[in-house]
Amino acid sequence: MVGAALAEAITHPAAGAALDIEQVSHAFDIDGAELPVLSDVSISVEPGEFVALLGPSGCGKSTLLRLVAGLDKPKAGRLREDEERIRSPHPSRVVVFQDPTLFPWRSVWDNVALGLEAQGILKRQRQRVDDALDLVGLSSFRKAYPHQLSGGMAQRVALARALVNDPKILILDEPLGKLDSLTRITMQAEIVALWQRKGFTTLLVTHDAEEALVLANRVIVFSERPARVKADIRVDRPYPRHRGDPYLADLRRQILGLLGLDATW
Amino acid sequence: MSTYSLSDGLASGAPRTSRALLLATWLRESGVGVLASVAWIAFGLSCLWWEDVGDWSRTHSLGIAAFIIAAVALFGTVGADYLGSAGQALHKRAPWLVALGTLLTVWEVATAKFAWLPLPFFPPPQAIIEVYTDDLPKLLDSVFASVKLQLGGYLIGATVGFLTGVSIGWSRAIGYWVHPVLRFIGPLPATAWLPIAFFTFPSSWSASTFLIALATGFPVTVLTWSGVASVSNAYYDVARTLGAKPSFLVLKVAIPAALPHVFVGLFMGLGSSFAVLVVAEMIGVKAGLGWYLQWAQGWAAYANMYAALIVMSLLCSGAITLLFSIRDRLLVWQKGTVKW
Ligand SMILES: Nc1ncnc2c1ncn2[C@@H]1O[C@H](COP(=O)(O)OP(=O)(O)O)[C@@H](O)[C@H]1O
Ligand SMILES: [Mg+2]
Repeated sequence: MVGAALAEAITHPAAGAALDIEQVSHAFDIDGAELPVLSDVSISVEPGEFVALLGPSGCGKSTLLRLVAGLDKPKAGRLREDEERIRSPHPSRVVVFQDPTLFPWRSVWDNVALGLEAQGILKRQRQRVDDALDLVGLSSFRKAYPHQLSGGMAQRVALARALVNDPKILILDEPLGKLDSLTRITMQAEIVALWQRKGFTTLLVTHDAEEALVLANRVIVFSERPARVKADIRVDRPYPRHRGDPYLADLRRQILGLLGLDATW
Repeated sequence: MSTYSLSDGLASGAPRTSRALLLATWLRESGVGVLASVAWIAFGLSCLWWEDVGDWSRTHSLGIAAFIIAAVALFGTVGADYLGSAGQALHKRAPWLVALGTLLTVWEVATAKFAWLPLPFFPPPQAIIEVYTDDLPKLLDSVFASVKLQLGGYLIGATVGFLTGVSIGWSRAIGYWVHPVLRFIGPLPATAWLPIAFFTFPSSWSASTFLIALATGFPVTVLTWSGVASVSNAYYDVARTLGAKPSFLVLKVAIPAALPHVFVGLFMGLGSSFAVLVVAEMIGVKAGLGWYLQWAQGWAAYANMYAALIVMSLLCSGAITLLFSIRDRLLVWQKGTVKW
């Protein structure tokens, strides 16, 4: 059984896309030597699912996300979005990176408008930019420049810049990794709320097991580089979830054990 | 504290104390303005007090003008409260007015009155004023010619340099061909081309335009190129996942990100093109301020040379100021940019 939110999402089947990662392997050439990064990774994601990816630092999580986004091509295997091969980036799959990477020369509004402008539909759909800014609660900062924003605000703008495109798959690469813990908790709640409202499929990389468990339907744990799927854990808990939930605490212990941290727990 | 001891020395009565206090505060606020006025009165007096050692027609008018400036400084200081922003502007510049007035007084005395500095190499201020009033048409013609030549050459050089820089920063194939040429020819001072340019081009004017464009184009190309090359890949990744096509990546990502570098190139190009302008005018064009300088030297008209130099520096400084204000407008998003 999946969570109530997923059930709600499934009532709008158009919102999220299915994602199939099939026997994907990838490697980088570093000075002639080959560095294997992904080893035969297969993951099948249902439309509207919220999947968290956990793994040791440097194991290849970001690399996998870049393949899903279509920014790079895998050395072996296939990736498909709703049965269609992923060959290049497409605004139906948008990435929010760990650094907000806002364009410093654009105001907040213009940053959020980037996707619509790039696709040549901004003139007719300016309202969508305003709506996205409303969604992340930054309407009053529309004219500000990135250097005037705090870290949390900048990451919210990056989120709005992704959401304005109505993505079918939202790809989050440790988006909250650099924020202070208070801002993190607030933004975790916001991300869940947005996902429940919009129903997109979400792929979240995080190094925080608790974050994964509070947010996701499913937690996938990777091995050391080259990354293999080590465990695929369902989290059958309704939202909003509580950090103190003993069921989640149990899962957390289990995950930390998989990551080789049982001694501390 | 100092006001206390001052009032102490004057008298012991309470009203007098406060009046002395008022005077002291007023002096601290307005002292420099009054001093400016005094310095310009001194300059005016130095013009009118002694006889000139030479034959200059504007000494009297210059003295009067100095008194007028002194009066403006004084009333501007006294009435600062009623003048609003103009009063404040004067207050801010008062120290400079003092320095200028003093300098002019010394200059006047050292040249026109006692000739401590050898004439005619060091003409007095009135001689330079005389150039501006009596030789104005020729000077204006020269200014016009210089501005026209500089503007044409600079705009061509900046445009070509910018486009070349973007192309080699963006395209490997173009970089392969243009980069070696740039490395080979770029560092050569543009003036080295002068003799060749003047007989291969149809006119000395087109030759000079070419040289100015060359001097501008090299730094603009190199810095635009390095600006485009140093744009973080993260920006391209973001734009690509949002559906950007290559043209969008060039126009809306690479170029705006490189713009701070481009402006450094534009500033460097402006500097080196000024040098080429003056040399080209002296040697080939027979018009413009460089030529005016040359001509004045031929006639040993030193006052004219100083007059032309002052105009030239105002023009160059004006051009830099203009470029700075364009930059500030385009790069408002940068924090902590240098104020010119
Ligand atoms: N463009 C690249 N070229 C070479 N090596 C890379 C590149 N990107 C990542 N790597 C290497 O691949 C490994 C996995 O990186 P990454 O996917 O970023 O890990 P993480 O799981 O921390 O996100 C790392 O060892 C990294 O050094
Ligand atoms: Mg990473």
